[in-house]
Amino acid sequence: MLQIDSVSRAFGGVYAVRDVSLTVAEGETRAVIGPNGAGKSTLFNLISGHLLPDSGTVSYGPEGERRRIDRLTPHARARLGIAIVFQGARLFGGMTVLENVMVGAHARTRHGFLSAALRLPRHREEEARIEADALAALDRVGLRDWAHRTADALPLGQQRSLQVARALCARPRLLLLDEPASGLRAAEREALAQLIESLREEGLTTMLIEHDVAFVSRLADRVSVLDLGRHIAEGTVEEIRRDEAVLSAYLGEGVS
Amino acid sequence: MSDFLQYLISGLAVGCGFALLASGLVTIHRVTHVVNFAQGMFAVVAGLTAGSFLSVGLPHGLAEVAAVAVAGAVGLLVGLIAIGKPGTSAQSALIATLGLGFAAYAVEIMIWGDNPRSHPGLRGTVEIAGAYVQKQSFLVIGVTAAVFAALLAFFTRTYLGKALSACAANPYAARAVGINVTRMGLVAFVLGGMLGGAAGVLLTPLMPISYNSDVLLITNGFAAAVLGALNRPGLALIGALTLGVAETMVAGYYEASYQTVVALALMLVIMIWQSSRRTALQEEAAR
Repeated sequence: MLQIDSVSRAFGGVYAVRDVSLTVAEGETRAVIGPNGAGKSTLFNLISGHLLPDSGTVSYGPEGERRRIDRLTPHARARLGIAIVFQGARLFGGMTVLENVMVGAHARTRHGFLSAALRLPRHREEEARIEADALAALDRVGLRDWAHRTADALPLGQQRSLQVARALCARPRLLLLDEPASGLRAAEREALAQLIESLREEGLTTMLIEHDVAFVSRLADRVSVLDLGRHIAEGTVEEIRRDEAVLSAYLGEGVS
Repeated sequence: MSDFLQYLISGLAVGCGFALLASGLVTIHRVTHVVNFAQGMFAVVAGLTAGSFLSVGLPHGLAEVAAVAVAGAVGLLVGLIAIGKPGTSAQSALIATLGLGFAAYAVEIMIWGDNPRSHPGLRGTVEIAGAYVQKQSFLVIGVTAAVFAALLAFFTRTYLGKALSACAANPYAARAVGINVTRMGLVAFVLGGMLGGAAGVLLTPLMPISYNSDVLLITNGFAAAVLGALNRPGLALIGALTLGVAETMVAGYYEASYQTVVALALMLVIMIWQSSRRTALQEEAAR
């Protein structure tokens, strides 16, 4: 579904991501782990298009219709089915929770200003359909009761869940989750884990940045480890646990 | 009493013109966070263009609509220069619009000269309770009511209005959900140009305009729009009507040259009041 080849990106001469290559299969749940500053969020931004690589290529698409996307704008990539949940609460302030999620459907809608302004029947139908989809997405993340509150009024954990609902409303084919569980309480983490599991059963390809080992072990098919911008290891959770390079990256040289 | 009624209705008409201008400011600010200081220029260009179209023989209606379209095109041009390059900050775009507004003076003087011009609008007057009110005033009020009804419905009721607002609320996240933020911003500039243009063609028959009338218009439009923190069309309408009536009363009963002073004083009071209220809110939130 996603193929990254020798991608590098530097900020002021310092590599945030350096010569990273990895492939994510369709339907796979891939965890990306690594110490702070390893380049995990930068990698996600290179996939979503919020950053462009200095070198290397990013290709995306199901088998047979894969295409290069590394020069496309973020909104073009969103229209191809890539959705991202940011680490910070990047919401549309001043709008309700429901409206925030409805805007998420933008990637898969196409309607003209004229039909919206004139409120043509076609437009009203689409609007009603989007609202139903948005409510369903809110249901999945447990925010249905908050639908008509202002998004800014949500506690931080729920703001993340709202971002997840917004991403789901876009019906993505590749979902990028940047530390979705941070700041959540135990019950909320469990609900999120169950949501990710059910998305996996539906065949959604997901990439997940996460620190919690138990969370990763439960959800991820495979794990990629980044350290100082390099992709130092990839494999199943068990393989990663025994990997020399990973152990030394986390625990320091010579400990293993 | 008849004087009062006459001032009231013509004040409302002038206020409606300010409101149309302010609605353009609000539309552009809501979508791009840019305070568009070229907004008055849209009105001047449309007002003078309508006069030229009429003088070459275009019929009423067509001439005005064509002038509004020209203002929309000018809006697109200003938008392309101000925000066309992705990553331009709202502050530098603001300076660009200010510069474009003044640069337009040169073009306007070249085409139309520097004398105030006017064109006939809806001719004739209506007598209400002893007051004579120009029919044009009612046209301005009617058009403004229709435009504001459409604008409010668009921003608060339609999904696309939400998408436009999302651009300003969080451009980063808006891109992530597939919104072409730059294109939406340009759409807002076209809309803003047309709204400013509508203000221009409707006001010119009531008050002759020249190349530098944009200062008066932007001062009043901005004063009206700040009432709604540049984001709320409804509040901008209330602000504009208040200004229009207050200024016409001042001009009628006292002295016409005090008009702008009224607008500036009101704007100052609103801004001071809003900034003090905002700090109080922020302190409340910080606890």
